[in-house]
Amino acid sequence: MEAKRLGLQTVVFRQAPCIVGCSTIAGPKEGEGNLGSYIDTLVDDPLMGQPTPEKAERMLLYQACQDALAKANLTEDDMQLFIGGDLLNQIISSSYCARDLGIPFLGIYGACSSIVEGLGLGALIVDGDYADSVLVATSSHYQASERQFRYPIELNIQHKKSNQWTVTGAAAAVLSKTRTGPKITMATFGRVLDYGIRSPNDMGAAMAPAAADTLCRHFQDTGTSPGDYDLILTGDLAAVGQKLFVQLVKESDYTLDSKHMDVGAAIYKPEQRSGAGGSGCACSAIGILGYVVKEMLEGKLERVLAIATGALFSPVSNQQGDSIAGIAHAVVIEA
Amino acid sequence: MDKAQKDLHARYQQMVKEATPQPNRWKNLVMAFITGGVICTIGQLFYNLFEVIEPSRLETTAVTQAAMIALGAIATGLGLYDWLAERGGMGAAIPVTGFSNTVTAAAMEFKREGYILGMGTKMFVIAGPVLVYGILSGFVVSLLRAVLTGSLF
Repeated sequence: MEAKRLGLQTVVFRQAPCIVGCSTIAGPKEGEGNLGSYIDTLVDDPLMGQPTPEKAERMLLYQACQDALAKANLTEDDMQLFIGGDLLNQIISSSYCARDLGIPFLGIYGACSSIVEGLGLGALIVDGDYADSVLVATSSHYQASERQFRYPIELNIQHKKSNQWTVTGAAAAVLSKTRTGPKITMATFGRVLDYGIRSPNDMGAAMAPAAADTLCRHFQDTGTSPGDYDLILTGDLAAVGQKLFVQLVKESDYTLDSKHMDVGAAIYKPEQRSGAGGSGCACSAIGILGYVVKEMLEGKLERVLAIATGALFSPVSNQQGDSIAGIAHAVVIEA
Repeated sequence: MDKAQKDLHARYQQMVKEATPQPNRWKNLVMAFITGGVICTIGQLFYNLFEVIEPSRLETTAVTQAAMIALGAIATGLGLYDWLAERGGMGAAIPVTGFSNTVTAAAMEFKREGYILGMGTKMFVIAGPVLVYGILSGFVVSLLRAVLTGSLF
């Protein structure tokens, strides 16, 4: 039997679970952005007619799950596991969504890296024959995140250029080994790295070292190089973070050039006043399950290395003077 | 933390500093001056108006403050004040309308958790430090004045 582990951090899925159905949903600001045409469902009201953004977020997540199931021609009853994560305290969006779906639930928290953590775990479970079909989903909401991590929405704040705007949206994918669709062939689970960044206004900078570390580890583990991929996608490093990421990767003697795209830096247009770009679980999830999967289905991309990054901190740890750690997970998706 | 790690952090901080775009300070300065100036001019107009009705200086000042606070709260409720502050920066934050905004914004935000434990508890979550240290520094300055001049008033 061929080895299922490569090097220090990478796993190989010999039965390569497929994304048999996936769906993305987002708010109006994301719809007006650069990736608007790759998002399946756009809603006009970011609050979804709900009294609070928290309730709206879990509606977005539930909707994304239902749409993904419908696209795979499956129902909740066909799913043996639901893996979900989000940014809100005690991952309430995922938990309440799991309550409504009624699928056995594994809640995860990897901050904005949750989608790749979920896809990686889901692929492990499917590849290991522990489940035939697994539903993976994440969500984030601008208003819900602002009030939890930063300030009230209407407060008189002049945002810094390094600030990032949390994407309002959700994305879900059904993983299964029985059907066709983009395959998940490898995953590299990342280490938590802390380079001493303290400002929550510099989240891209806090996450860039972890992204560079996971990428370089992946290349070393698998013996691949940037040339082996059509696209190397990072989740939400945004303008400042991606600059640092490219620099750090260069120090390890890998040149990314035009192979690299960061969803955070790409998702909004400059005139949308979003600081350095987008962030949040939905940011990387829309990039992977919206942009990458659609481009693959159209035959424009063959092999993609998708890295999602997360900033690991809480408002309490931050106020107590702790620095912000970063994490990054990667999966290889092949058409 | 060992030295190698400290050096790594210091080197990375330098990289971050170089990668982060600097704010356009001159533009911010001018925008803050204009925004603050316009708000204060509106305040002066109110003052002149109220002076006609009630010529006492203390009363006129108090009513002007109240009017500006109300104006800040209304602008916040209409979703205009954060738009103004995004452009005007400190010009919008420092006048009393900005203070009013911090209280109103928090009240709007936390109303969702109820009027007592939400709005009631968290209304001053941003304005609280301004009150605490405003009162403290007022007390210290008054005390100094009393000691130096030998008079409380």
